[in-house]
Amino acid sequence: MPHAVTFQKVSRHFGSVRAVDAVDLEVEAGEFFAMLGPSGSGKTTCLRLIAGFEQPTSGHIEIFGETAEGVPPYRRNVNTVFQDYALFPHLNVADNVAYGQMIRGVGKAERLRDAEAALEMVKLPGYGARKPGELSGGQRQRVALARALVNKPKVLLLDEPLGALDLKLREQMQEELKTLQKALGITFVFVTHDQGEALSMADRIAVFNHGKIMQTGTPEEIYRRPKTRFVADFVGSSNVLSPAFTRRLGGPAEWASLRPEDIRIGAEGGHEARVTGSSFLGNATRLTLDMAGEKLTVLLPAGSAVPAPGASVRFSWEPSALHLMGTET
Amino acid sequence: MRSDKQSRTPMGLKIAAGLGLAFLHLPLLLIFLYAFTTEDKSYQFPPPGLTLKWFAVTWNRPDVWEALGLSVRVASISTVVALVLGTLCAAAVSQTRFFGRETISLLVILPIALPGIITGISLRSAFNLAEIPFSFWTIVLGHATFCVVVVYNNAVARFRRVSGSLIEASMDLGADGFQTFRHVILPNIGTALLAGGMLAFALSFDEVIVTTFTAGQQATLPIWMLEELVRPRQRPVTNVVAMVVVLVTFLPILAAYYLTRDGDQISGQGK
Amino acid sequence: MTAAAAPGAILPGRGGLGGALSDAFWRNPKLLLFVMLTPPLLWLGIIYLGSLFALLIQSFFSIDEFSGLVVREFTLKTYGELLRPSNLDIIVRTVTMAGLVTIASAIIAFPIAYYAARYAKGRWKAIFYLGVMLPLWSSYLVKVYAWKLILAKEGILSWIFAKLHLTPLIDGWLALPVVGGNSLSVSPTGTFLVFVYVWLPFMILPVQAALERVPTNLLEASADLGASPRQTFSHVLLPLALPGVIAGSIFTFSLTLGDYIIPQIIGTSHLFIGMAVYAHQGTAGNIPLAAAFTVVPVVIMGIYLWLAKRAGAFNAL
Ligand SMILES: Nc1ncnc2c1ncn2[C@@H]1O[C@H](COP(=O)(O)OP(=O)(O)OP(=O)(O)O)[C@@H](O)[C@H]1O
Ligand SMILES: [Mg+2]
Repeated sequence: MPHAVTFQKVSRHFGSVRAVDAVDLEVEAGEFFAMLGPSGSGKTTCLRLIAGFEQPTSGHIEIFGETAEGVPPYRRNVNTVFQDYALFPHLNVADNVAYGQMIRGVGKAERLRDAEAALEMVKLPGYGARKPGELSGGQRQRVALARALVNKPKVLLLDEPLGALDLKLREQMQEELKTLQKALGITFVFVTHDQGEALSMADRIAVFNHGKIMQTGTPEEIYRRPKTRFVADFVGSSNVLSPAFTRRLGGPAEWASLRPEDIRIGAEGGHEARVTGSSFLGNATRLTLDMAGEKLTVLLPAGSAVPAPGASVRFSWEPSALHLMGTET
Repeated sequence: MRSDKQSRTPMGLKIAAGLGLAFLHLPLLLIFLYAFTTEDKSYQFPPPGLTLKWFAVTWNRPDVWEALGLSVRVASISTVVALVLGTLCAAAVSQTRFFGRETISLLVILPIALPGIITGISLRSAFNLAEIPFSFWTIVLGHATFCVVVVYNNAVARFRRVSGSLIEASMDLGADGFQTFRHVILPNIGTALLAGGMLAFALSFDEVIVTTFTAGQQATLPIWMLEELVRPRQRPVTNVVAMVVVLVTFLPILAAYYLTRDGDQISGQGK
Repeated sequence: MTAAAAPGAILPGRGGLGGALSDAFWRNPKLLLFVMLTPPLLWLGIIYLGSLFALLIQSFFSIDEFSGLVVREFTLKTYGELLRPSNLDIIVRTVTMAGLVTIASAIIAFPIAYYAARYAKGRWKAIFYLGVMLPLWSSYLVKVYAWKLILAKEGILSWIFAKLHLTPLIDGWLALPVVGGNSLSVSPTGTFLVFVYVWLPFMILPVQAALERVPTNLLEASADLGASPRQTFSHVLLPLALPGVIAGSIFTFSLTLGDYIIPQIIGTSHLFIGMAVYAHQGTAGNIPLAAAFTVVPVVIMGIYLWLAKRAGAFNAL
């Protein structure tokens, strides 16, 4: 079975801006693939290249083994859930969902039946007669999802679909999206700049920076074994240790990452540092330590004793927790 | 005029604004009164008596009907041409970024910004140079030229609201350019085009200055009226025609106003 | 959709001419732009601008005084004719009238625009808006005709003055040199009144738009700082409304310069620019002189727009 999406050395430049720069990418069929990266790192442009709204400046794109360059968006069996939903304001919800089938010439009765089924799938049964303007943000998001899914696309593209929702709704939708994806078996390509969202939902993640992919891997790999300082820092705000600092802590002279939650605070053993601050996060407490000018962040589980700022503490970690990233800057 | 001390109750302002509005409207009301006067030789005020007979007389005047028919035909065709040209221009200017779009806007506005006499005489001399005989179509050509701008102004504002992502959403769902135009763009700009078309109709229906240069022997209703104004021969009939013209032009203006009033609500046209 | 042939990732085109054209437009957006712009550009750019240009060229031709035929040779002779006292007279008369009409329109428009922008709310706002739009759009000729009724010797204005025993006032005014005449409908005063009436809405709308952009708190701040209403008006409101007044004046000025029907129907036998153009191209057949005359309002408007731009009138628009 071919890959769902393949990028070979794909670049998209806007004048001097290299929005996407020589990207190689393979999305497997049926997987939930997340593109993670800071603002302006080229995620949306990548998605638009798959959808067909942008053409690569150079490189080659395949969708399920078929060449995609030069194919207009309306001939790609790929659908998008837009960040602003882009529901048609002049059509009611049912006609919005039935739009794709209407264009394909499916009869009115059949497409409205399919639309209703799709609305049920996203838990909005009976909302067909409403206008998009009469829905809440979360409901619009579901309509946009139904409108894309009803066409049974080979690949579904989602551009920060949960960005505009509040935290509770967001978490609920994350669950539902994941369940839907598994049930339908459609390949999802999901763009987000929220690392928690990517880690919890995706089968695999590509981390973007400055138009390049820094690392591709499972959430576990990305989180535990970041390949570069950027990935370590961006995913889960790790402590990034300079080669000199790593050496002082007893390791080789290499860049390293040390997860805040992997550091233990105790009375003896390990190294000594001074507490410079603490903040309560609800399910944990975040401490900042100072060890002779070097800063470290520690995440204490709820219920543990919290040392006061100014106190001197000793800290240690499991040897496997210190992840080395080589000497390159 | 203004009361200086009391800024809370600007009575002077109220009176001045009221008088100004009265100045705008009383002359039009007078037209309605004169349509019923029994006096037919002069513009005597107050009318010595009131009658309905001039309506019947006007109804039976073939020249009035002919002029009205010509005006309606000219206005209809000019409106259609203006709709096509104005929509194309608005689409090009608002959906794409290209060099010289300010120039296009200026070009569209020019025929209405320059005094009508300049548009009229230059078209007339161009027809003469090209040896095109004056006809129905030369009138339409002149009218469509200055009607484009009203359609353009109405459409361009609405086009901006059909955001790029709606068009992309439609293409994403499998609609090609024409299907997107038919199913997404047209329903969203429909009311604006209707409003623009009505205003274009009203503008053409009323135009006289350019028409005097581009019409041959035919008389549109304004031309007919102009002749009556210069050499009054049948004052009562003119009174009635004037009143009807006021009524006929008010309707499209009111309709256009109500169509474009609610900026955000686009009425459902799809189904 | 049959189960036998599940669609691939790339779908076939819609086919036919529509599909092919659509694909071509998608591949080459410039082509689409070209197709969209060609008809309007042909119409406006070639037919309309071409006619204007042809007219401009003819103003550099002259007319042979014996045969009455147009001599197609470049000359400035026709423009020289414009400087004849009788023609200069026409230009001065028209420009003076346009200036006076503009000033009067601004004075009458300001309270209406100010009230509509600052005090009218909800329903009243709509009424004010329609109250300006309806006269603006209603038939030009009917408006002129209405004034023919009003200003006629036996018309409503004379009647009102007679009822108020003020008839001598009108007669006195009409006896004055420059502004007077046989009756109001054949006097420059009448021409002036009709011009003001017909173009007034074109002044109200831009002034109202400009006033609506003046933030209310600016006026309150001025009052807080101890300015009297009159000071607030002349130091805050008027300068901010000025761009609107200038925008409106562009309409009133230009429309008056180019009109030939109003002075022909309500006015004296003295010519205005528009009437001169009409006369020269019509019976006299002197197209070059008519063309040269049309250049006058264009040049005047060009200078006017340039001055307005230098005064910053467009920044706020
Ligand atoms: N049409 C365009 N023209 C010019 N530059 C563009 C265009 N589209 C994107 N860019 C630039 O390309 C870069 C990548 O943009 P992109 O939208 O892909 O970022 P993103 O990762 O999706 O960011 P965000 O998280 O903010 O949505 C940015 O620097 C952007 O300014
Ligand atoms: Mg983005």
